[in-house]
Amino acid sequence: MRITCPLCGPRDRREFYYYGSEDYLTQPALGDFDAIDAHLHLRDNLAGEVRDLWYHEMGCAAWLLVTRNTVTHKISDVVQVAGGGVGILAKMKPEEGAL
Amino acid sequence: MRYSGLKVITQGLFGNKGWGPVWRDPAPKGEYDAIIIGGGGHGLSTAYYLAKNHGLTNIAVLEKGYIGSGNVGRNTTIVRANYFLPGNSEFYSHSLKLWEGLEAELNYNVMHSQRGLINLFHSDGQRDAFVRRGNAMINQGDDAILLDREGVRQHLPYLDFEQTRFPIYGGLLHPRGGTARHDAVAWGYARGADQRGVDLIQNCEVTGIDIEGGRVVGVQTTRGSIRARKVGMVVAGRSGQVAAMAGMRLPIESHVLQAFVTEGLKPCIDHVVSFGMGHFYISQSDKGGLVFGGDIDFYASYASRGNLPMVEHVMEAGMTLMPMIGRAKVLRSWGGIMDMTPDGSPIIDKTPVDGLFIDAGWNYGGFKAVPASGWCMAHLMATGESHAVARRFRLDRFKTGHLLDEEGTGSQHNLH
Repeated sequence: MRITCPLCGPRDRREFYYYGSEDYLTQPALGDFDAIDAHLHLRDNLAGEVRDLWYHEMGCAAWLLVTRNTVTHKISDVVQVAGGGVGILAKMKPEEGAL
Repeated sequence: MRYSGLKVITQGLFGNKGWGPVWRDPAPKGEYDAIIIGGGGHGLSTAYYLAKNHGLTNIAVLEKGYIGSGNVGRNTTIVRANYFLPGNSEFYSHSLKLWEGLEAELNYNVMHSQRGLINLFHSDGQRDAFVRRGNAMINQGDDAILLDREGVRQHLPYLDFEQTRFPIYGGLLHPRGGTARHDAVAWGYARGADQRGVDLIQNCEVTGIDIEGGRVVGVQTTRGSIRARKVGMVVAGRSGQVAAMAGMRLPIESHVLQAFVTEGLKPCIDHVVSFGMGHFYISQSDKGGLVFGGDIDFYASYASRGNLPMVEHVMEAGMTLMPMIGRAKVLRSWGGIMDMTPDGSPIIDKTPVDGLFIDAGWNYGGFKAVPASGWCMAHLMATGESHAVARRFRLDRFKTGHLLDEEGTGSQHNLH
């Protein structure tokens, strides 16, 4: 399996760290335990096309949203998470005046 | 028909023409007291113990393929009870005891071979962890013997004791651990369930779960609708899809795990051996093939085949540990679909739907659990209460924080 990083081009699967389902991109509200449980644990676990997060650990260190078929392993799309405005980095920015 | 040594001899003298089919091939009835979705090892043992322990015989096992066509017919066949955590420890201990009586119980040769299992360790820290694990096993009433380097050498003289990268410090020997013939386990339970009146319905895929007023009333299948007040989902890697029919999302992500078999060799590996520094384990089948594997591929997959990096990793680990196997030719490999939970432990529990039960999340360790899983699932479905040795296998434990993280790596889908 090779993954085409938008920044580095097609690279070996071993350069990438699989993080998990795109569910991780939706941040649950603090204190909403059902939403936190769903965010961390519950999965659609589809057989077919899914979108999941991969980290280009041994390359450019970009977080990637990979559209991939779990039955055929065919990868149809790879985009940077940060570019979509849904990035983990964007979520981690401290609120204004917090620091 | 009861099997016996005499029967084998007399059949052999007359050309083996007297053997008949071992179970019936019934058409589904319109209604059952209970339905088990999934005719794998766990589903069949659930049906068997529902009939035997609880007297429930008007039940059906629905299998979308043929009996034993899933992971129970394709695995590395290891049977052991070397778990550490309360919750897991008593469950696998119970399972091993059932294994030890299984052939007499089923009147079926499952070729259970308690050849001993040795987990090697390669550092002081690992030794301490294994001492602790061994003590937990002994406290549970099972057996564990700590071997030093020389002790390991006596059992496994063919290991590479000279290499310096991962020096062998010793091993934890679990003498009652071993292997069994995987297909025979499925066939034995199928035959036993059938003899007690259970309908094993093959080529029957469940396409819907009927729920009325918050309770299950039956299932839709490719062979018509079947009513039942109790339904058990026992479908391993396909748990996500089946649970979705009941409107549920599960704490399960399906991953692919690869395993490998070499050409048949004369006996050379007497035990089950695992390497502590690269995920690798090996045993030799009765047919002579070396059966070995490693870790999952670490991405969600239903492909039933893995990728080459894990193949390379497993071969490297094997060669590091026992260079002699480099001369054996790999005959075949396969990838099984594993129902991985965030903490690496299984689920045997009720669901929010009345009458609907789930037995899933066996990760890469379901084979050894087949007897106890069926035993406990049958207890749950018959009585409505969790069995004492499976009471921590809760569906909601990730939300409540009562995790069973045997590896201690954290409760997250991509870590087990």
